[in-house]
Amino acid sequence: MTRPDVVVTGLGATTPLGGDVASTWDAMVAGRSGVSPLTQEWAAQLPVQIAAQLAVEPSEVLDRVRLRRLDRSEAIALIAAQQAWADAGLAGSGLDPERLAVSVGSGIGGATTLLAQDDILEASGPRRVSPHTVPMLMPNGPAAWVGIEVGAKAGVHSMASACATGAEAIALGLDIIRSGRADVVVAGGTEAVVHPLPIAGFASMRAMSTRNDEPEKASRPWDKGRDGFVLGEGAGVLVLERADHAAARGAHVYARVAGAGITSDAFDIVQPHNEGEGAIRAISKAIADSGVAKQDIVHVNAHATSTPIGDMLEIGALRKALGDHPVLSATKSMTGHLLGAAGALESIATILAIRDGVVPPTINLDDPDEALTLDVAAHKARNMEVPAALNNAFGFGGHNVALVFTRV
Amino acid sequence: MTREEITAGLAEILEEVAGVNPDDVAEGKSFTDDLDVDSLSMVEVVVAAEEKFGVKIPDNEVQNLKTVGDAVSYIEAQS
Repeated sequence: MTRPDVVVTGLGATTPLGGDVASTWDAMVAGRSGVSPLTQEWAAQLPVQIAAQLAVEPSEVLDRVRLRRLDRSEAIALIAAQQAWADAGLAGSGLDPERLAVSVGSGIGGATTLLAQDDILEASGPRRVSPHTVPMLMPNGPAAWVGIEVGAKAGVHSMASACATGAEAIALGLDIIRSGRADVVVAGGTEAVVHPLPIAGFASMRAMSTRNDEPEKASRPWDKGRDGFVLGEGAGVLVLERADHAAARGAHVYARVAGAGITSDAFDIVQPHNEGEGAIRAISKAIADSGVAKQDIVHVNAHATSTPIGDMLEIGALRKALGDHPVLSATKSMTGHLLGAAGALESIATILAIRDGVVPPTINLDDPDEALTLDVAAHKARNMEVPAALNNAFGFGGHNVALVFTRV
Repeated sequence: MTREEITAGLAEILEEVAGVNPDDVAEGKSFTDDLDVDSLSMVEVVVAAEEKFGVKIPDNEVQNLKTVGDAVSYIEAQS
């Protein structure tokens, strides 16, 4: 049996750069930063006082009563999924619900609900704790809400692999369609943990940038002055569809999901393998799985979070597994690090780079690290044909995911 | 407090918690069948009503409160 081709027929996102895919992509190509100061009262006591917060609040999109029972990470997953679903034109298309699945994950889940309800428990007692608490904080909440929204009955899956979640959710969607368990999968990631506790936790690890006086310059992958990642919030969702299914209904197709590679380091709970061994294998597997020639993969949307160690290990891994020819982007320089949503948002950026023949810029790369030995579209977007491209996502726990997308 | 005042108070809570149009709230209306209040929202309504009217509504009473009128009668009797 030949393996079915899988394509992307819908995109949705709500990010620090815009409330949808078009506005996010426009801002990204223009090189705009979504990072700003945290003006909340609680931020004053934190070592990190910057973040990339949503450009459009969920309350501008969903009604008040609906939002009462949604964690912020669920609300934005739902918003991105609604956009992707509408974009794919599948509503009313006669798609069998038992051939429709969901794969939407989060790195951290409903932590802000947990913390807010704990405040209520402490202040007012158990009877005042919201009856919506559990469905709001459960890690499968975003996937389940998306499944209800689109009417998916072939299974609702919630990947959790830290900052690799969004990419791994897409890889799972690819597997589901290839194995014949569904014809369409709504896949992506979501994250909303701009709250003092997660920030304090990451800051205690010394993983975050403390460039509080220059928020827009804080996320600077591969630059010598990089001092950690900038927390971002947002959601990205893709509609994956069996290629012949999409063709039969005359759907608009953005790109092909050509291959995925997933590995684990078995090395350290937070540090990447010191030679990038797991990343090298993930990239190699993705390329092999895609059947695409390395020289055609001319662009990489890198994981590049702006941390001292990880950024350079990825460069070494790319040189070994792919070669010295790709043009790189680190779009986290603009969006911050969306953790569990990063791999989904960056897959969308990778797909749009293919569609438009535009590699988005990496801003703030003013003083490149000497170990940066690959070409980066620094400061400005670069126009170039992109027949195929790679997206990397790596997560705490030693998760490595690489995805290859191609033109149709 | 009159039955009308209690009904108006419940209507405010139902609008806040479940988005029910206050004009739809009347003594004869069923919470679940007419006003679409699901079980989790009903818990919120009960807790908010306890606070607003200064009464206790034990869980084993809640199942007897099928309609707005049932709730008004219970609150009227307790307050």
